[in-house]
Amino acid sequence: MNRRLLTTFAAPALAAVAAIVVSSVAVLVAGESPATAFKAMWSQIDSTESIVLIVNRAVPYYVAGVAVAIGFKMNLFNIGANGQYVLAALLAAAAGAAVDLPAPIHVAMIMGIAVVVGATWAAIPALLKAYRGVNEVISTIMLNYVATNLIAYLLAEHFRNPDQPNIRETRVLPESARLPSLNSLFEAIGFDFGPGVVLHGFLPVAIVLGIGYHVLLNRSRFGFNLRVSGENPTAARAAGISPRRMIIVTLIMSGAIAGLIGIGPLLADPQFYKYGDQFPVSYGFIGLSLALLGRNHPVGMAAAALVWATIERATQALSFVDIPQEIGIILQGSFLLSAIIAYEIVRRLSADAETRAASRETPGTRTIAEAPA
Amino acid sequence: MGAIVHIATDEAPGGADYELPAQNESLRVLEKRGARAERGVHGALSPCVQPMTTAVEPGTAIDSAYAIELRGIVKRFPGVVANDGVNLRVREGTIHAIVGENGAGKSTLMKTLYGAHQPDEGDILIHGTRRTFRNPSAAIDMGIGMVFQHFMLADNFTVWENIVLGSEPGHLRLNMRKARRRIRELSEQYGLEVDPDELVADLGVGDKQRVEILKVLYRGARILILDEPTAVLVPHEVTELFASLEQLTQQGATVIFISHKLDEVLGNADAITVIRAGKTVGEIDDPSTVTAGELAEMMVGSELPSPETREATVRDDVRLEVVGLTIESAPTGVDTVALAAGLAGGIESSSGTPTSHRPLDDVSLRVQSGEIVGIAGVEGNGQTELIEAIMGLRPASGIVKVDEQDVSELSNTARRNAGIGYVAEDRQRDGMVLSMTLWENVILGHQAGDDFTHRGLIDRDAARERTRQVVEEFDVRTPGIDVSAFTLSGGNQQKLIVGREMMAKPHVLIAAHPTRGVDVGAQAVIWDILRQARSDGLATLLISADLDELIGLSDRLLVMLRGKVVAEVDPQTVTPAELGSYMTGAHHHDGRSASGSPGDGEAPA
Repeated sequence: MNRRLLTTFAAPALAAVAAIVVSSVAVLVAGESPATAFKAMWSQIDSTESIVLIVNRAVPYYVAGVAVAIGFKMNLFNIGANGQYVLAALLAAAAGAAVDLPAPIHVAMIMGIAVVVGATWAAIPALLKAYRGVNEVISTIMLNYVATNLIAYLLAEHFRNPDQPNIRETRVLPESARLPSLNSLFEAIGFDFGPGVVLHGFLPVAIVLGIGYHVLLNRSRFGFNLRVSGENPTAARAAGISPRRMIIVTLIMSGAIAGLIGIGPLLADPQFYKYGDQFPVSYGFIGLSLALLGRNHPVGMAAAALVWATIERATQALSFVDIPQEIGIILQGSFLLSAIIAYEIVRRLSADAETRAASRETPGTRTIAEAPA
Repeated sequence: MGAIVHIATDEAPGGADYELPAQNESLRVLEKRGARAERGVHGALSPCVQPMTTAVEPGTAIDSAYAIELRGIVKRFPGVVANDGVNLRVREGTIHAIVGENGAGKSTLMKTLYGAHQPDEGDILIHGTRRTFRNPSAAIDMGIGMVFQHFMLADNFTVWENIVLGSEPGHLRLNMRKARRRIRELSEQYGLEVDPDELVADLGVGDKQRVEILKVLYRGARILILDEPTAVLVPHEVTELFASLEQLTQQGATVIFISHKLDEVLGNADAITVIRAGKTVGEIDDPSTVTAGELAEMMVGSELPSPETREATVRDDVRLEVVGLTIESAPTGVDTVALAAGLAGGIESSSGTPTSHRPLDDVSLRVQSGEIVGIAGVEGNGQTELIEAIMGLRPASGIVKVDEQDVSELSNTARRNAGIGYVAEDRQRDGMVLSMTLWENVILGHQAGDDFTHRGLIDRDAARERTRQVVEEFDVRTPGIDVSAFTLSGGNQQKLIVGREMMAKPHVLIAAHPTRGVDVGAQAVIWDILRQARSDGLATLLISADLDELIGLSDRLLVMLRGKVVAEVDPQTVTPAELGSYMTGAHHHDGRSASGSPGDGEAPA
């Protein structure tokens, strides 16, 4: 067990060190002092307000990670999470603003629409792959462009807020459609974030999603089929698991979860409550990074999302000390790359260790194992 | 010492009269005895004289030292000692067999010899000179080439293109004519007939192997290592292979081959080295002095198990009935085979090679309770398609009945629930998920039944309990049920799979290559399981490439060729050679199934 913990944390720790080294070099090349840079970054995140902001940002990232991870689990690359969630957010925002319902039903309806839209958009590459063998990477990437243009058209021609003819955005959602902030919850247990700091109300949804993802994968028959299909598709087929059905269901599920990515900003962020030009449109790609970094694990991806958001928040401080903010991207990129390398190294080492332990503990071993291929 | 005398004798070609061969022979014996005396050890094995002196060209046989000598090779891998002081002495111009169980360390030794890795201890002597090989190309430079069990050929290239691949003549431009000429010369010289311009995809297994051998010879190898060269061949191809090898050695080349088919070894090798548990346990200079039984005992250190099942247990009730099962060739659209292969990152399914005939053509058979029906055939003649069609994994027309119930329209899982157990042909590809735990692997294939799932959720306790039973009852050697499947040896993996299927109490078992690549101990266990199940009334359809297994276990034997069942034979009376001729279509039988009409095309006489 100890070894397992060690191997779980060794890789990210190594990767973090490597990332810090690489970005320090980048800072030095830029003619600045790494110490100054990291000091400034630390001071930027060293406050309650910063932590709340980081969590707010990390939550939709996390949802994006889960959406992509479920596809990754069976070697399906849903690069189209972007298109799925943006289209879902727009249609959900438009529908939500068009009706008037009691609070919980209103929220549920908007979420339901987002899920259905995301799933539908993902169904296109799913069916193309299942029945025509079209590579989902290509079809999802192309559908991102289709979605972008579709959104531009819909927003301009159909869903534009008539009260704001000069701005391209939907109407603001009424109070009943918004997710209340969690501040009051924390205040009830004597924890005050300070004035003007709002913890978005989407966090519980993300937590439930993470737990659901874990249970689905590890406890359900569907999750078993999914993991088998990912680890060994030919064995899955021989075990009667239909690859066609698994491809369709998994990609649609990935799209359905992706539909929720935009719900956080849309329903819980006072900055939005509507879909407009300012609405974030690239969380899907961040989800890809987080799924890789968190190894598709519900907790791993949560940690990765927090790290990602922390780096983004911290690097904002670099402009105060005249260091280019792009250092943040270098930090993220080198962290991701070295983490993937470190994971593979750790995976091989622990596989060797497991084989060794097994052959040591196996009762009555007579033959000697052949050389590893 | 002997060497000097030798040179003096042989280097007088002027005096090459009748006397020389005899002289030469006696000198060889002397030299051999001398060598043995020098080293002191070396078992109580009688010396032998190889009757090949006449064929050896002067100059090549002069070197009295062994072509290859390995002394005290030790190779450790994390946690295991794969080779623990192996000695090997291979005389120039001989066929030398290395025998041993799976996992005895044969492949590790050969990898050492051909430079795939370096030994931790011990010396490699080539023609008496100590060498170290940093990599395989260093070994090739010393004239050592390896022919792998799994062919490494590009199907869409021609024979000569495959042969020159990696050592192309000319620098920027391929000198095709030169390459072709050289290949022709080589194939004539060594009797390895292949057409250099033929596409490799169109070749049979035996031809492909010849291409592999030519590839190695083309690179200048004089010492050839063949890893289980006969594993993929039918009997007459085996004969051809050894004839070629004989010719090679007559021209001075040295051949080392790995095998565990003892009759083959005894019939063809000039000398044998037996390896067990990483150590050399026997060096036999004259195979005529040992019997297969003695060799086997050396290999396993105990008595060899046999697959015999004789007293009939066949009952009247038909458990499995297949009528007119047919798969049309060239499937259109995307099938599930391609989809699964796509998810695995592959391009095409393993058995998806295009053929001019139907992959499965009007196959009918029935298996009764307590009966084992064997399917013999060269791989790729429809066996895979047959079992997958029965299991509902490939769309096929025709009828499949289990216990009188028509399951033709049912899914794979429904067929399993109807009582079919399935041991897939390749355990690591189809039978298990290596990265998952043992208990998860026990669920595999039964995830849709009620044993391990309740309302869509996995019942871990039930799965773990079942796994403990499988491990205990089927002698799966493992430290626990939570280890990943890849930590088990092949034999234990296979026992887990067979046990998993048996524990589900099937009425019909489809067992494809149930003991392929497992050690003798696991093989005996699996044979016992099949025999026991047979007497308990299980109907088994057995597909195997191991003719001894088929003959030994089956109550009836069907032979498949080009998608059809072409013969039914009685395993009590048939010989492996006869079976081989049915399998290749060479045998003109008396038309029990007239539709078969084998004998066209590449059928050899």
